[in-house]
Amino acid sequence: MAPPPDHRRPIKRAAISDQQRRREVALRLQADRRSDAQNRARQLASSVLSLGPEPATEPEVEPEQEMSEASGQLAGRSDFDPVRAARLRGPEVRKWFARQLMLPEWMVDVPPSLDRDWYVFPRPSGKRCFVVSSNGTTISRLRNGSILHRFPSNLPNGARAKDVSGPASSYSILDCIFHEPDETYYVIDMVCWRGYSLYDCTAEFRFFWLNSKLSETGASDPPSQYHRYRFNVVQIYECNLAGLQASYSGQVPYVKDGLLFFNKHAHYQAGNTPLALVWKDNVCSQYVLDTDSKGQIPSQQQVVLELQNDGNLTTSDDPPVALGSLSRDLIAQSGLRVGNLVRVAIKDERMRLVDGKLDLGELQLVGKTNHSRAFADTYSKVLFQHAARHAPLRIEDLVASIQSNSSMDNSQALDVEMEG
Amino acid sequence: MAMEITQALLAAQSPDGQVRTAAESNLKQFQEQNLPHFLLSLSAELVNEQKPPESRRLAGILLKNSLDAKDSFRKEQLTKQWVTVDPAIKSQIKEALLTTLASQVSDARSTASQVIAKVASIEIPRKEWQDLIGKLLANMTTKETPASLKQATLQSLGYVCEEVSPSDLEQDQVNAILTAVVQGMNQAEHGFEVRLAAIRALYNALDFAQTNFENEMERNYIMKVVCETAVSKEPEIRQAAFECLVSVASIYYGVLEPYMQTLFNLTANSIRGDEEQVALQAIEFWSTVCDEEIAIQEECAGADEGNSVLHFRFVEKALHVLVPVLLETLLKQEEDQDQDDGMWNLSMAGGTCLGLVARTVGDAVVPLVMPFVQANITKSDWRSHEAATFAFGSILEGPSVEKLAPMVHNGLDFLLSAMKDPSSHVRDTTAWTLSRIFEILHSPSGTIIDQSNLPKIMTVLLESIRDVPNVAEKVCGAIYFLAQGYEDAGSASSVLTPYLGNIITALLSTADRADASSNRLWSSAYETLNEVVRCSNIPENANMIGQLLHEILKRLGQTMELEIVSTDDKERQSNLQALLCGVIQVIIQTLNGSEESLPVILQSADQMMVMFLRVFACHSSTVHEEAMLAIGALAYTTGQEFAKYMPEFYKYLERGLQNFEEYQVCSISVGVVGDICRAMDDKVLPYCDGIMSVLLKDLSNALLHRSVKPPIFSCFGDIALAIGEQFEKYLPFVIPMLQGAAELSTQIECTDEDTEEYVNQLRRGIFEAYSGILQGFKNAKADLMLPHAGHLLQFTEAVFKDKNRDEGVTKAAVAMLGDLADALGPNLKLLFKDCTFHAEFLGECFQSDDDQLRETATWTQGMIRRVLASKRRCVWVVYHRMRCVFVCFIHLGGFSVAEWQRFASFGRGFIHDAFAWDHFSVAKVHLMVIHV
Repeated sequence: MAPPPDHRRPIKRAAISDQQRRREVALRLQADRRSDAQNRARQLASSVLSLGPEPATEPEVEPEQEMSEASGQLAGRSDFDPVRAARLRGPEVRKWFARQLMLPEWMVDVPPSLDRDWYVFPRPSGKRCFVVSSNGTTISRLRNGSILHRFPSNLPNGARAKDVSGPASSYSILDCIFHEPDETYYVIDMVCWRGYSLYDCTAEFRFFWLNSKLSETGASDPPSQYHRYRFNVVQIYECNLAGLQASYSGQVPYVKDGLLFFNKHAHYQAGNTPLALVWKDNVCSQYVLDTDSKGQIPSQQQVVLELQNDGNLTTSDDPPVALGSLSRDLIAQSGLRVGNLVRVAIKDERMRLVDGKLDLGELQLVGKTNHSRAFADTYSKVLFQHAARHAPLRIEDLVASIQSNSSMDNSQALDVEMEG
Repeated sequence: MAMEITQALLAAQSPDGQVRTAAESNLKQFQEQNLPHFLLSLSAELVNEQKPPESRRLAGILLKNSLDAKDSFRKEQLTKQWVTVDPAIKSQIKEALLTTLASQVSDARSTASQVIAKVASIEIPRKEWQDLIGKLLANMTTKETPASLKQATLQSLGYVCEEVSPSDLEQDQVNAILTAVVQGMNQAEHGFEVRLAAIRALYNALDFAQTNFENEMERNYIMKVVCETAVSKEPEIRQAAFECLVSVASIYYGVLEPYMQTLFNLTANSIRGDEEQVALQAIEFWSTVCDEEIAIQEECAGADEGNSVLHFRFVEKALHVLVPVLLETLLKQEEDQDQDDGMWNLSMAGGTCLGLVARTVGDAVVPLVMPFVQANITKSDWRSHEAATFAFGSILEGPSVEKLAPMVHNGLDFLLSAMKDPSSHVRDTTAWTLSRIFEILHSPSGTIIDQSNLPKIMTVLLESIRDVPNVAEKVCGAIYFLAQGYEDAGSASSVLTPYLGNIITALLSTADRADASSNRLWSSAYETLNEVVRCSNIPENANMIGQLLHEILKRLGQTMELEIVSTDDKERQSNLQALLCGVIQVIIQTLNGSEESLPVILQSADQMMVMFLRVFACHSSTVHEEAMLAIGALAYTTGQEFAKYMPEFYKYLERGLQNFEEYQVCSISVGVVGDICRAMDDKVLPYCDGIMSVLLKDLSNALLHRSVKPPIFSCFGDIALAIGEQFEKYLPFVIPMLQGAAELSTQIECTDEDTEEYVNQLRRGIFEAYSGILQGFKNAKADLMLPHAGHLLQFTEAVFKDKNRDEGVTKAAVAMLGDLADALGPNLKLLFKDCTFHAEFLGECFQSDDDQLRETATWTQGMIRRVLASKRRCVWVVYHRMRCVFVCFIHLGGFSVAEWQRFASFGRGFIHDAFAWDHFSVAKVHLMVIHV
């Protein structure tokens, strides 16, 4: 008997033929894995790293500067490599997290329109950390990436309790300072909330969201079995005279360590940014001048810098700024390797300008820094510390700037032009 | 000028191999040296009545093969060749062909008519040979034309219609053809041969008759003639007439209504009483009507009420009469029908049609079929029992679960006991019905199988798998679907765990059975084993599957020791190895899904790899596709460890990549390269030169099946992502390929769905390649891609505007845009500012239901925003830093005037360099410096 017409499939056929299916499965798996590999490279999704649709993992790029400098520097930069990000394990996860925090520059100059465009609040003294709540647990990581606590909390999906809102895998990320004396996390910024990324939102919006959302969760409740640590919001002020005054001399439930200034329009941005600034003096902080590894204030300013392979010592800015160099002999002698963080002392009278660049002059090697230190100092910190020793920016300067801004707006006019 | 080639043509058909080969090579040489004269000589041979029929026949075939080939590339080449032949020679050849239609030798006539159609298929779309139809029709209108010429002419017209697209003929030509064909069907005027040729020609011409079918009078006339022909006295003619009706039902469903009563009577009578080949076509008519109505219902399901598709519900209206007619056919089984898989007879066609009816009308079919089932299923003669079971099995898809579940519940015990029926026909159909029940109605949440009946079902299946091979094969199918019901069912799949050992043992011994007439039973057994593995609960059964892996590896080892004498032995060995490699592949995929079971594979990785290499080694030329697939799965699982296998494996991989003749093998090997890249990362580097050169060669090989090209492009992306900046050296070769393919993809005319899909795949491959390259270069060599950014954006825009773009391309395109922005950063600012389509494109993506697409689009948007906002940020940063420095120096004091000047000029120069290209004037910088 003739076979059935070409397109007619007999109903009582051999039930199965799965070679084609295996082929298709293999092709589908390959396609999925390719898309996974590429997506991970894009950092869209990664089990440890899920940070929302536009994680600001890339260090800030300043191409105009790059063009004017040697393009070879590009390769040498400590760019975060997204391909590797996908496969991060253990120490690398820490390294990665270490780059997620928004790091304020030190205020060596009062920004224009301080009263109009900025917030101010007294910075709690303690450990700066990223707190991530997801899948029934909460983890806090220090600036160097290491885990501070792993604990249950009332943050969304922060404990293994039934949470009515949203999937268990959605995560929330808070930027906090852990304040030891009262074992409290003081929340200074909100990065993601229930999987919704706030990276792209202005500080104004983030603070609004932080204040309205955190209280909904009961995260500020006193500690309990399913909520190990309390989360408190820091009171944030408009940076007018009253706000500045309140921050500077008002009473707060925590030990103050300087003042933080946030530009209202700035997005959350990993790494150093001039859109968040820190300032301190002896009134609002116990630690104005840096201490050395023994906790003493050294007689000469000490700076922590990173050793590059050309012997230059650089800051942790992006791109790094070379502030001096070590001779090959010295490097060999002291057993230093590229990437080591070294502590150097500055002889004040040698600090000078050479060809438009700050040169610290002859540097005196103090030694390697201790292990937990993840970064070199920033350029602004070096300047601030120097200024603090010689001609500090005083609270009066800040007040004066606010007062002058309200009367004479010329610097603001300039600013508008600049942004064009 | 034609050459005498009779001897060569005859010798090429000689039983003596040596003579044959020599003749073939002579002919080939002639063809290569002078194609026009070769073709001319062939046509001269074909037309010459003095020549032996054998040489004329071969001449015709060679002529045909010089004009057409299955392979689309070869066909294109042949078309080009023909077009360039001297017109004078072409016209001689065509004249000879037309003359041959009048030959006394029927073989010559029929070959000539086929060749005419092939020439027409090249020339008519090019508006050449415009007098062909006229010349052919003249044969029909001349009174004294002999019947043989009329028959050959009608045949030619039919073939021409088959070859040429309706748009290439003028309506008056179509009208004339239809007139000639319909006249040819006139019983009073023409004999059998002419009428048969006419009705067959009509079959091919139906596609052209769009306009005629829109005209009621013409349509009525054509339908009347066809219906009359369907009751001709000769069965061949009746069969051809029903074939026409099948085709009409499929092409012109919308105009069938006035004829349905007549058609129903014609088909019902034919199904009941006509000869089998005619009755089969009558059943096919209804199957086709079902196809049309199922398609309409599927279309309507997604659309709003009151859409314009006409749905006449012919099947529903005819249901009460149609179903009994079909049920009768089920009783017309043949004794040996279960032995041959491709068997097609009244009962098979009837059951198939009944299944389609059930899918068309759903619940309504059940009360019409169940009385037949109940009346016959308990009868002792096998025909009644089998037909009743077949009827029940056929209607399981379509009606609602609610309607079927009670009946299946009540009938399941009976079916299980029927697995012991003395008739193997009954057991065969019963096992098939069980597998249909499991396939369609069984799910972990369903009620068909539960703890109360599962033990009995398993007992029966494990016993019946030892039945005769055809029944055992159906039982494998039942186990397959039983297991499939628990796929992705999580803990529910634990239900099978207590039986797993016995199922695996039973399937392994079934695969060993010596009584199977073909290897179908083996493959059913192994393929069922695959499904059982896929659906088993891991990690609960990880150990058992681990043991299975060892057994399969042992069996694979045994295949190398088989004694190979004949090519049949070789093929059996090869098939068996394919099946076993398939099982291993499934085991790897299943076990690498969980941390607990992963070690089971890793422990055996060496052993597996040794086996795969031995499988490769025992096939001299071809690379084993299944082993290749398994290796891909293994590479993914072992990760970087795979590097140790590469030195040995590489040569087989290369062989697979070079195997463009077997494109499936080539395509799978390309996929494995991707797996390996992802597994090994930059450790794949030492092999990349080799791999890249084969891949590039493949791409420039015109004979490579086009479906392999998109995966090769994607594979470039995989390699680039793995080796990063090292990909630079391939760029000069890869970029032109990608650009060429991109351009090609915008030029291909999408005339059919296949082409449309191909264009989409090609574009997806291109985007994936760029994504991989951009990501790979991002940190160090991104600048290399800068010159291509403009082209890439243009291409993406073209793809964005293509209405045939599918979701896969959309995803790949959007992701690539993000990668471009990410890798090249602010360099692209002006480009992104100039082309605005990306906003619209992303907007479209945000509307999608696909989470992944929206996520990718969000990311891409972020990347593009960053590019567009890049300068402003820089201004800020630079501005702020400068101020910091200035302020600090003011505090420091102690600079000489000269130093201040140098510093100020540095500041100006610095900022000037950076922003000179924008609106940032030196004056403003100056102002800023002064301000400080």
